[in-house]
Amino acid sequence: MWRRIGIVASSLAVSAALAQSAAPSAQRQAELESMLLQDCGSCHGLTLKGGLGPALRPQALAGKPRQWLIDTIRDGRPGTAMPPWGPILSDADIAWLADRLLRGAPGKEVKR
Amino acid sequence: MKRWWLLLVLFSGALLADDCALRGTGDLAIVIERADGAVQIVETTHNTAIARVEGLGDLSHASVVYSRDGRYAYVFGRDGGLSKVDLLCARVEKRVIQSGNSIGGAISQDGRLIAVSNYTPGGVKVFDADSLELLADIPATWGNGLRSKVIGLVDAPGRRFVFSLWDAGEIWVADMQDPRHPRITRFRDIGRNPYDGLITPDGRYYIAGLFGEDGMAQLDLWHPERGVRRILDHYGRGEKKLPVYKMPHLEGWAVAGDRAFVPAVGLHAVLVIDLRDWRELARIPVHGQPVFVEARPDGREVWVNFAFPNNEKVQIIDVETLKVTHTLEPGKGVLHMEFEPRGEEVWISVRDRDRVQVYDTATHRLLRELPARKPSGIFMAARAHRIGL
Ligand code: HEC
Repeated sequence: MWRRIGIVASSLAVSAALAQSAAPSAQRQAELESMLLQDCGSCHGLTLKGGLGPALRPQALAGKPRQWLIDTIRDGRPGTAMPPWGPILSDADIAWLADRLLRGAPGKEVKR
Repeated sequence: MKRWWLLLVLFSGALLADDCALRGTGDLAIVIERADGAVQIVETTHNTAIARVEGLGDLSHASVVYSRDGRYAYVFGRDGGLSKVDLLCARVEKRVIQSGNSIGGAISQDGRLIAVSNYTPGGVKVFDADSLELLADIPATWGNGLRSKVIGLVDAPGRRFVFSLWDAGEIWVADMQDPRHPRITRFRDIGRNPYDGLITPDGRYYIAGLFGEDGMAQLDLWHPERGVRRILDHYGRGEKKLPVYKMPHLEGWAVAGDRAFVPAVGLHAVLVIDLRDWRELARIPVHGQPVFVEARPDGREVWVNFAFPNNEKVQIIDVETLKVTHTLEPGKGVLHMEFEPRGEEVWISVRDRDRVQVYDTATHRLLRELPARKPSGIFMAARAHRIGL
């Protein structure tokens, strides 16, 4: 069943596989940005101010370790509605998402 | 007194403003453009866009109910905004920010009350439909002073609203005979994490889908004293569920004959319920995890869309054979489908292609595409006259 998801999620999975280790390409970053707002946004709010899931804005995440965010995104939170994204996103994608959350909206300075 | 004054202003406003259309609203619909905080007003007789209304705030997950005269749409935004939109004059008549984070709403049986369900602070607020004045605030308290997120809010006969508490696992019935003093009946331990609720078109059964465990919780509003009963509690048992990337929706009730069709949570399946005994009759394998499962108004077919990452397709189920007979591919980000009231055409929003599409439901052929910016929900004004919508 897991394998099947991988196949169905073809476009994501294929580009994910290509970008396994390196930082995501510019095009991939744009896809991830849109996915963050639309698909993560369906639970966390389109503006990431919170919904069924908590707010994911930098202020809300301040002080939370990067690796902890990465683990949460990759493995989800069993027993809650937060699903694991590991089956459809590469490690590089997930790390990019975690950094993007800590940094805030695009165009703002990285401060890590 | 106040209402008279208001009516007068509205009336003279309508006479003076020459940009207000003189027409019925029975064939109008609203398309949410979720990224822009705007809605499009479209007409479904010739399938054209008539107007666009902006300034409605964060419309992710927005929904709409209609005044019983069909003139006004009440738009519930994610940011807690409640906007009353005049379809004929294409403008925002009134707007209040009523909470930090809201999820949906309902209009009372008599059309006088608008209820909004909120995530933060968790609860329901009830407003006067004319003035949007706050009449009642119902905090969803549970446990040790906690507030629960509220979902699945619907109107029910007898001037009642029914809703579910996501965190608390409860169903509440609010009797609004006296709008300023709602009388609440609580049903506890209905199951973990109800994710949405619906009411059958006759207004008799309220059904909440459960995310945290198998099955659904059913309340017979003719017999609330019998309490909440679990239905379909065997589906999924022992099966490995898939991760759920988007919560399914229960909207209306996809009924054909004595069968109802509902999305399975965490499975690539639509469940068929036998309404005579409320048991699972069949399970239909489909392309992804279903989000909306909707019966064509004549009940001959059921249309299904899917959660990320399978949201590029729509499948059509034949209700006699219980098999998928057609698969359409509108494109990535199919978020919603809405049938025209008699079902000859269906409107589908395709977010990532910035379009809404209109299909002929007899031939399943694409008839028309209209541009729309990141469209999500589509709401026909004909909802004005239906219980639970
Ligand atoms: C189906 C709903 C849903 C979707 C979709 C979803 N999340 Fe979540 N998420 C949740 C819930 C619910 C929680 C809270 C879990 C808990 O109670 O510990 C959560 C928690 C989190 C947290 C931890 C925040 C904190 O402060 O505890 C992060 C980070 C997160 N999500 C990131 C994401 C990202 C990134 C995506 C998209 C790739 C995403 N989520 C998509 C429901 C969702």
